[in-house]
Amino acid sequence: MAVIDVEHVHKQYGDKVAVDDVSLTVEEGEIFGVLGRNGAGKTTTVECIVGLRRPDRGLVRVLGMDPQRDGHELRQQVGVQLQESDLPDKLTVAEAIGLYASFYRTPADGRALLELLGLAGQRNTRYRRLSGGQKQRLSIALALIGRPRIAVLDELTTGLDPAARRGTWALIEDIRRQGVTILLVSHFMEEAERLCDRVAVIEAGRVVAIGSPAGLAGRLGGEQRIRFRPSGPLDGRLLADLPGVTSVTRAGDTVVVTGTADALMAVTSALAGRGIAAHELRVEQPSLEDAFVAVTGGGHPSTLN
Amino acid sequence: MPADIAPAYAAAPTRPGPALARLVLAEARLLLREPVALFWGLAFPMALLAVLGIASSGPGSRLGGLPLVAVYEPILIAFVTVAFAIQGLPAVVAGYRERRILRRLATTPVGPVRVIAAQLAINLAVALVATAGILAIGRLAFGVALPGQPAGFLVTYVLAAAAMLGLGMLIAALAPTGRSAGVIGTMLFFPLMFFAGLWIPRATMPASLLRVSDFTPLGAAVQALQDSMRGAWPHPAGLAGLAGYAVVFTVAAARFFRWD
Repeated sequence: MAVIDVEHVHKQYGDKVAVDDVSLTVEEGEIFGVLGRNGAGKTTTVECIVGLRRPDRGLVRVLGMDPQRDGHELRQQVGVQLQESDLPDKLTVAEAIGLYASFYRTPADGRALLELLGLAGQRNTRYRRLSGGQKQRLSIALALIGRPRIAVLDELTTGLDPAARRGTWALIEDIRRQGVTILLVSHFMEEAERLCDRVAVIEAGRVVAIGSPAGLAGRLGGEQRIRFRPSGPLDGRLLADLPGVTSVTRAGDTVVVTGTADALMAVTSALAGRGIAAHELRVEQPSLEDAFVAVTGGGHPSTLN
Repeated sequence: MPADIAPAYAAAPTRPGPALARLVLAEARLLLREPVALFWGLAFPMALLAVLGIASSGPGSRLGGLPLVAVYEPILIAFVTVAFAIQGLPAVVAGYRERRILRRLATTPVGPVRVIAAQLAINLAVALVATAGILAIGRLAFGVALPGQPAGFLVTYVLAAAAMLGLGMLIAALAPTGRSAGVIGTMLFFPLMFFAGLWIPRATMPASLLRVSDFTPLGAAVQALQDSMRGAWPHPAGLAGLAGYAVVFTVAAARFFRWD
């Protein structure tokens, strides 16, 4: 069952088109990623979904409701963590969670939620004194305190160190296991690859690719690369003529072969037939990031924020 | 991190109480954690009252037939009201917008309007408590009579507070940041209080200055409060002026306010 349905949404501010034409559906219980570079239109799309902005054209339905007309009921069931959204400096963690719990009909247990997010020791710490990672985790706690059916998380792990990032990813998977649908906005491909069941890539206000991370990588990410150092002299033409191989290049004493999925088998058999061993053999599969670069035609997303 | 999140995601055993009450409580706590605002808005005018009260017992300390402390009570009441309404309130509200706190609230069922309501309620409540404190200290310590026309006093106070809170919200609407709202509030505080008579009480103002003062919100407020203290019903023109300021500031604030 689709819990989020977006059809041909268009939104512009003055002459500037933020979202040109976006359609996507999110199924119940999935982790859905909205990927794109800054300014691609992903935040505006999400703002239309949660009812913060009214689309100029198109249709948005969330849990069967119109975010503009049924906003109040929708916000009971959709938890949102926005980018760069603060709390008052002198509000303590426990006060913040208690306050936000009072906004919802059937809130979660704030104390247990803080414990889960590793903030139990900061209950009496003022917001200003929290580290960046702690602020981020408190923000996630506030998005979950109402026990939402859908959690919208914008740039979830920006500013977290790698350990905190992995901890947060594990948490998101746990929350999904509780039946919560998660809409994740990210420009961080590794995160999307690790967490998302499906992703939509948005570029210049349009969805340019949609599917599972592995599916997109395989379909759009290009060829795989095989690297090795041959144990003896090797004629490049021997490999270039093999089925599935598209190119053979050398970098120092390392040989790099690109080709389809069949190329690996062909290359290893040919080497074995010549009695040549492949040292330091590495096979690089196309990644979601390769697919992203291919469909957006730009630089790498993680360097663009 | 623990793998099992079920306990944290279960419904809480008890409801935390109505959201608006919790918001008011939270905003009140936050105000009590601002020592500078409390000193400037409460302790300083109270100390001034005490100094004037003691000075009033000396010779030549009467002004327009009243002891100095009685002349200054309405001025200090204007002081505490304007300190919270146009220095405290706009800096907090504009800061909440700047730091996207209003936006976060907009994603919850409660929405951002109620935090503004909580802010208005808290600042009005503190100003009311301070006003009551000024009247009580004046009466008990220095023998200044309580307002002889309490209804007129109350009507004046409500209109003056509405005008100043409206002005505070207008500053919050126009200022891009919390800091700039604080600066604008302070820049307006001094001329407003000048015409209220903080430095030159209205009784000693030259006629031309007095005429200007009559048309400023706090000049009109101080005159109307003074009249009520003496037992007379305040002049309708003064009250009408205050009401006009309240309406204009509030309508402009609502017109120009941005949530993000």
